[in-house]
Amino acid sequence: MSYRLMKGNDALAEAAVRAGCRFFGGYPITPQSEILEYLSSRLPEVGGTFLQAESELSGINMVYGAAAAGFRAMTSSSGPGFSLLQEGISYIASAELPAVIVDVQRYGSGLGDIFQAQSDYHQATRGGGHGDYRMLVFAPSSVQESVDLMGLAFDKAEQYRNPCLILSDASIAQMMEPVKLPEMQEVDPDKPWAAKGKNGGDFKRITSTMYYIEDFDGYIKAKFDSMAAAEQRWENVEVEDADIVLVAYGISSRICKEAVAIARSRGIRLGLLRPITLWPFPTNAFKEVNSEVKAYLTVELSALPKLEDDVKIACEMKTPVKHFLGGANIPESSAIVEEAVSILNSREEVSWLKN
Amino acid sequence: MAQKLIPELLVEDNKFCPGCGHGIVNRVLAEVLEELGLADKAVGSLAVGCGCLMMDTFGTDWVQAPHGRAAAVAVGVKRVRPECCVFTYQGDGDSLAIGFSETMYAAIRNENITAIIVNNGIFGMTGGQMAPTSLPGQRTTTSPKGRDAALTGQPLNIINQMKNLPVGYLARGSVDTAKEINKVKKYIRTGIETQMKGGGYSMIEILSPCPTNWKMTLQNSLDHIRSTVRATYPLGEFVKDGERTDA
Repeated sequence: MSYRLMKGNDALAEAAVRAGCRFFGGYPITPQSEILEYLSSRLPEVGGTFLQAESELSGINMVYGAAAAGFRAMTSSSGPGFSLLQEGISYIASAELPAVIVDVQRYGSGLGDIFQAQSDYHQATRGGGHGDYRMLVFAPSSVQESVDLMGLAFDKAEQYRNPCLILSDASIAQMMEPVKLPEMQEVDPDKPWAAKGKNGGDFKRITSTMYYIEDFDGYIKAKFDSMAAAEQRWENVEVEDADIVLVAYGISSRICKEAVAIARSRGIRLGLLRPITLWPFPTNAFKEVNSEVKAYLTVELSALPKLEDDVKIACEMKTPVKHFLGGANIPESSAIVEEAVSILNSREEVSWLKN
Repeated sequence: MAQKLIPELLVEDNKFCPGCGHGIVNRVLAEVLEELGLADKAVGSLAVGCGCLMMDTFGTDWVQAPHGRAAAVAVGVKRVRPECCVFTYQGDGDSLAIGFSETMYAAIRNENITAIIVNNGIFGMTGGQMAPTSLPGQRTTTSPKGRDAALTGQPLNIINQMKNLPVGYLARGSVDTAKEINKVKKYIRTGIETQMKGGGYSMIEILSPCPTNWKMTLQNSLDHIRSTVRATYPLGEFVKDGERTDA
């Protein structure tokens, strides 16, 4: 199969179609609008439905309806629009339906701005909406990985009957890279649970499953525990002997890879732990890290540290965890190396308490 | 001797308050779906309010939407399963306050679904708060001195909002007399027939009593609809086969 040069958003959209997505309802917002534009012409070609909704609220609920009817369905948004999706995502999770949501992160609270950021970390990984649920959160760091994770997200959404999130950002979504696309997948929408008329059988009620499940607390906890155990994904780069391990996902992990190469060329033992799933957070990845590691350093495109919280939990606060932030200013790889060196050279005890 | 059979779709006794109009609308809707042979291919979209109590007693497939969003959910179902009979069932607070945008845009896009809006002029489930449809002067728990239209606006007449749109069918009925109940049944049947022949958006608004929150007897509630509510919300068909009938 040959490579195609594709923009991140377009590649995500094409990957969704090839994963069997046949419904999209969404609303324009920069920097994710190319997903709508692409699907507006692409979905009808495969007999699917594209619908530009009057709002994100409506779009996610159209997805809820199409998913309830058994079809692979998706919406995408960014920043303020992602906030508006949360109500519907909570309902989809509560009804235990599969769906894929894309958040192409942009910078800032409120209106913010349209450039890249990693500020939605807590909203993405902690549920975002009300109640007791998690989404499987996939964080691609390239256009190719966007494609690969989209297919996985649809499969996992159906396997667990739970919404999955692709957490991209403006830079990955807007850059062009060569990609290999998967084969077109046909998916049967006639699931036994799908709302399509009872056709002589029992009528189906798609609503919060808590109404119909005994010991729902135990049931739903076991569901998310099993996902947390089975679905951790990560990439470790030279962590076995590292004195400092960078932790970064998505676009910032690419800067960190370069930082590791620079550091290693200077004889500095720097490594990178790159979570591919943000929920579940890949705590198992930390078992591969040098047991003598001096500190973790998260690199986040965000004004406030967020990923750092999960790293502290993963290493049980036994190892110092520091953060290196770049929200409006993307950090240079050389600056990350200097930060690591200064931590190594620091005479004071590096402690999470002093962050 | 003629025997009146309860529709099979009514799988359990309803859970509405004594005197509530929802039970009548449920009965009529069930009769229509069975008479049209659509009980097996119907998918309903409920949201939040008294209407959603029917999910366990009315035996069609259901999807429960977030408060106000039933029309958007119904659109999602209908667009991927056009062979299904897809309807929404909501109260006036749900569909016309928080759900006004979703309700209106389903009509603006002339979505091929049937909306049933039961208008009792109040938020019933939450205990009788003012709704967009409450009448001027109407006492509710959030307008204890009576609705002041100068501060809260005039009652929302959804048919006036929709009748200039290119929709398939719009009608308003009432359950206050047997005669009007028969008309409600005819309106619902026409609305669903409009959908199943691809005739576009259909909406039937039904005036209905809420004796519990109106703090009236059932008889006084029905008299109130006839003497007062109908003056603000006239009954009849307003759009049929995509044409205005009142122009």
